[in-house]
Formats: sequence, C-alpha cells, structure tokens
Amino acid sequence: MLTPLHNGWFRQPEARHVLLTTVASDAHTWNLVYLELLLVELGREVTNLGPCVPVSTVVESCRRRPPALLVVSTVNGHGAADGLELVRSLYRDPATRAVPAVIGGKLGIGGAAGECRRDLLAAGYRAVYEDTDPETPYEFLARALDTAAGPAGHVRDSA
Amino acid sequence: MTRPSFAGRVEQARRSGELIVQPRMGFSDPALMRAGLLATKAARANTVGTITLDSYTRVRDFSSAARAVAAGRPLNGYPIIAHGVPTTRAMLDGVLDAGFPVQVRHGSAEAEEVVAALVACGLDATEGGPVSYCLPYGRVPLRTAVDSWRRSCRELADRCANPHLESFGGCMMGQLCPPGLLVALTVLEALFFRQNGVRDVSMSLAQQSNTRQDLLALAALRRLATERLGPPPGWHLVVYTYMGLFPRTAAGSRAVVRDAVHLASRAGATRLIVKSAVEASRIPSAAENVQALEHAGSVVPPPAAPADGDNEVYREARSLLEATLDLHDDIGEALVAAFAAGILDVPYCVHDDNAGRARSGVAPDGTIFWSDLGSLPLRGTADVRPRHTPTSAELLDALSLVRTRYDTAATGPEEAGLSTTP
Repeated sequence: MLTPLHNGWFRQPEARHVLLTTVASDAHTWNLVYLELLLVELGREVTNLGPCVPVSTVVESCRRRPPALLVVSTVNGHGAADGLELVRSLYRDPATRAVPAVIGGKLGIGGAAGECRRDLLAAGYRAVYEDTDPETPYEFLARALDTAAGPAGHVRDSA
Repeated sequence: MTRPSFAGRVEQARRSGELIVQPRMGFSDPALMRAGLLATKAARANTVGTITLDSYTRVRDFSSAARAVAAGRPLNGYPIIAHGVPTTRAMLDGVLDAGFPVQVRHGSAEAEEVVAALVACGLDATEGGPVSYCLPYGRVPLRTAVDSWRRSCRELADRCANPHLESFGGCMMGQLCPPGLLVALTVLEALFFRQNGVRDVSMSLAQQSNTRQDLLALAALRRLATERLGPPPGWHLVVYTYMGLFPRTAAGSRAVVRDAVHLASRAGATRLIVKSAVEASRIPSAAENVQALEHAGSVVPPPAAPADGDNEVYREARSLLEATLDLHDDIGEALVAAFAAGILDVPYCVHDDNAGRARSGVAPDGTIFWSDLGSLPLRGTADVRPRHTPTSAELLDALSLVRTRYDTAATGPEEAGLSTTP
C-alpha cells in the first residue's frame, strides 16, 4: 500500500476520512499529490491510493473503512470508461453501496465530453468535474464534501 | 534481409549535426495511426515516426484494450497487442523505410509483451527503463520492473540486428525534479541497457523551467555519458519539449517548442520530442502534430555550442551515479539497492519503493533546487534551500510556472488566467 503523505488528528476520523484514487489504467500522480494537499487543507484525513489502482483495491478499501467521500481523479482520457466500471463495481457490492463518490479530471480523449458526464452521473457519481469547468477543484470538492453526508443525488452537478 | 534501423537513421543525423524532430502520437484505429505516420513522414521537417501505446496496454490490461477495439471505442494510444501482428504489419507497410524508422513509446513497467510485439511487427526501437517507466507510473515493484526490463533488453538484443533503446530517465515526474538526479538516472539506465545487451541507446533530458539550468544539465549529461559509455557512435542525446503543465494558448505552446529547439540545438542533441498546441487539453490529431513538427522544423536554430560540462549539475549527477554503482556490479541490483537506501530518491514520487524523503522546489526564475536531501549522498555537493512543505496553492503555482510564463508572454496577464489559483 502507498503511505499517505500527510496525517492529521481529528475528533471524528471516519466522518472526515476521504479516499482518493484514480482509475486502473491511469499512471498520473501530480493530480493526486495536489488533491491530497487540498483535501487536507479542507480539514480531511486522506488515504491516497496512488496511480493505476485496480477496481478491486478501491472496493476493498471502501469495505474496510468506508470513507465520507470517494474522490476519483483521472487525466489520461480513459476516465469516462474506467470511471463507469469503477462506480458500477462499487455500487454492485451491498457493503459499499452507500459510499458517495465524485469523479473529475480530463475524462475523455477528445477533451470536455458532455455525454460522458451524463453517463457517469446516471451510474451513480454524485457529481462530475471536467477540468474545463468554470469552478475550481477547491470549490467543487468543498461543495461535494459539504453535501456528501446528504441523500444520494443531493450534490448538484457543476455544469 | 537488412531492415531499416532506427539506430542507423539517427546515427546518420548525429554525424551530420542534424536535429530530428519526433511527435508523441498514438491512435487506436490502425487507419488513423497509418495516416498519422504518413503525415509525419511527409511533414516539412527531419522526422522519424512514433507509435504511442494506449494506457490499457501499458498496464498489461490487454483484455480491456481488446474490448475497446471490438466496440470501436477510441483509446488514448495504439493497442499494439490487441490489434495483433498482421494488422500492425499492414498498417506499417509502405510507411517504414530506411529514411523513416518508427519508435514505440509507451510507459510499461513490465515491457516483455510490448517488446515482443514490436519486434514481431518489424520494429527495432522503443523507449523505457526499469526506473523511469516504473516509479512515476504505477504500483509495480521496482524489483519486478528491473527483472522485466532485463528480459526486454535481451529480447531486443537477440531478435534485432541493431536495436535502439531510449531511457526516459531524463523526465521523472515531468517537472520539479532537480537535473542532477535526472542526468544520473538516464545514464544509469543507459548503462543498464548496455549491460543487458542493447548497444545503441539514447539518454534524455526534459526541458524544464530555466534555460541556463537546462543547458548546464545537457552539458553535464554529455560529459557523464562520454565518460561512462565512451564517445559516440552508440549513443545520442534526446530532448523532450516541456513535459509538465503545458501552456493553454497556441502562441504560448509555439514559444515553448521554439525554445526547446533552441535548447536541443545549442546543446548538440540529435532528437527532439515535440508537443502540439492542444497538449494542455487533449490528445492531438495527426494534423495538429504535423503543425507542431513543421513549426519546430522551421525554427532557425542557434549554432551548437556544447560546453565542457564540468559544472554543478555534473558534480551532483556523478556523485549519485558513483554511489549507486558502488552498491553492486549488476546495475539492476544497484538501482534496487540505491532506491531502498534513499541514495536515489525522486521528489514527489509516491511509489512504495521510493524513499520520499528528498524534496525540491522551484525559484521564481524557474531554477529547480533541492529543499531537502533526505538520504541523497549530496551533502557538500548540492546547494540546498530548505522550504516548508508546500500548500496546495503553492504546489499548483510551482507546477504552473511554465504555463503561466508562456501564456502571459503570449496574451498578457488577464487572458492567461493568472487568478485561477484557488
């Protein structure tokens, strides 16, 4: 397992726990390093699973320690397809069906892809972020974290 | 049958002092891939071809690549294994010749299948390395990558008359890696390739954020390479156009490529990997790639003026290289031991086998420096400037330095979006 870069002390660690991951084929890490710092600054305790994470590893991590939010960051252009597979596996498993998940980055190989956003939301992501969206990642994640405890579908999509 | 070799074409360029420009280009559809290679070949520039592989193939998820091919779903590169040898041979028929060799670029920590496939398709050149295709790129243990790259080198050496292997060690994480470590890693990987039977190699350096430092680094690389591998033929230097966050404006992108041509020419490099103007947002089309290659080819380069290379980057690189080679006669074993001890340690790399104690930063003028040496054997050699751990905004500013600088020069501060930092 990759070791989290930062650890904080929190009164309610589980409620503050965020699981940060990418999809199985995505080798990029700067996005993960950046988001980990950002989520820590938002007062969260972060487990960063690193690059090229198999679906089974994400599901197992959620089972073992259900996070307040699962953040999937991907920039290699396969996120539209791999992100679907990931969230479908997550919600097929009764033990992880309640984990709220959001996804963002560069999701399709052709740049901002509107139809993939719709598919990802339909498959269960609470919100989808494209790096061309007007909102900053900070604003998007702050909003997602604020509402993650609410009922499914409570987080507005940013587009 | 004498096959056209990548090594032969590049050696011819090196002797005549010509700069070869090469794209990063991969399409999943064989017809598109063929068209892209033909367009590269016809471009008004000294080009060689590239087949960049898709991410599924890189992580050996060949079934996902095959499913995407069957469903007609586009991938972010060419799935050489899913397509099979006959399809790729047909795709290359009439493309590949002595004047236009093609290299396969990928990112596989475990490369045997990819190497076997490219050789079976009539190709003889690829890129990689046990460290540079492993640590920044995934979860494969370094030991596994070393063993796999040993076998991959043997495969190339046994099955090709004059294979070529390029070390990606001059890129590590794309940005924020001090050049002394980049130079040491790319030379160590070249020595690893040679020790495992591949004679013709290239060593790399990615353009970073300060031209003076980049020139010092390339001079240091040439000096250390000559000392350790002997003078050419048998190796050349390759420069990567900036590999970090790329400018968003067309003018900014063109200016980065222009400066990369200047850098490669002044340092006497033989090849330059070029990026297109749409790099920041998506995978470029063949036409966008050709535009970038022709732009690079049209830049009038300054004359080559290689310095002697006895500089601070050289001294850092030599210290790291010698400390590593002292650990074991087998370079693969030495690399594994050096990372385990933190003698080699890549800043910001989250891989389990990277110590993660060394840290770096970037000065306002773009110079990259060590802020914490961790266990690197550079005390007394490197200039260390301690810094606190960056906040997310500070990290983003550091990562965006080149993008901001070139976009601002191209458009003025407002349009370059200087206030986007959260």
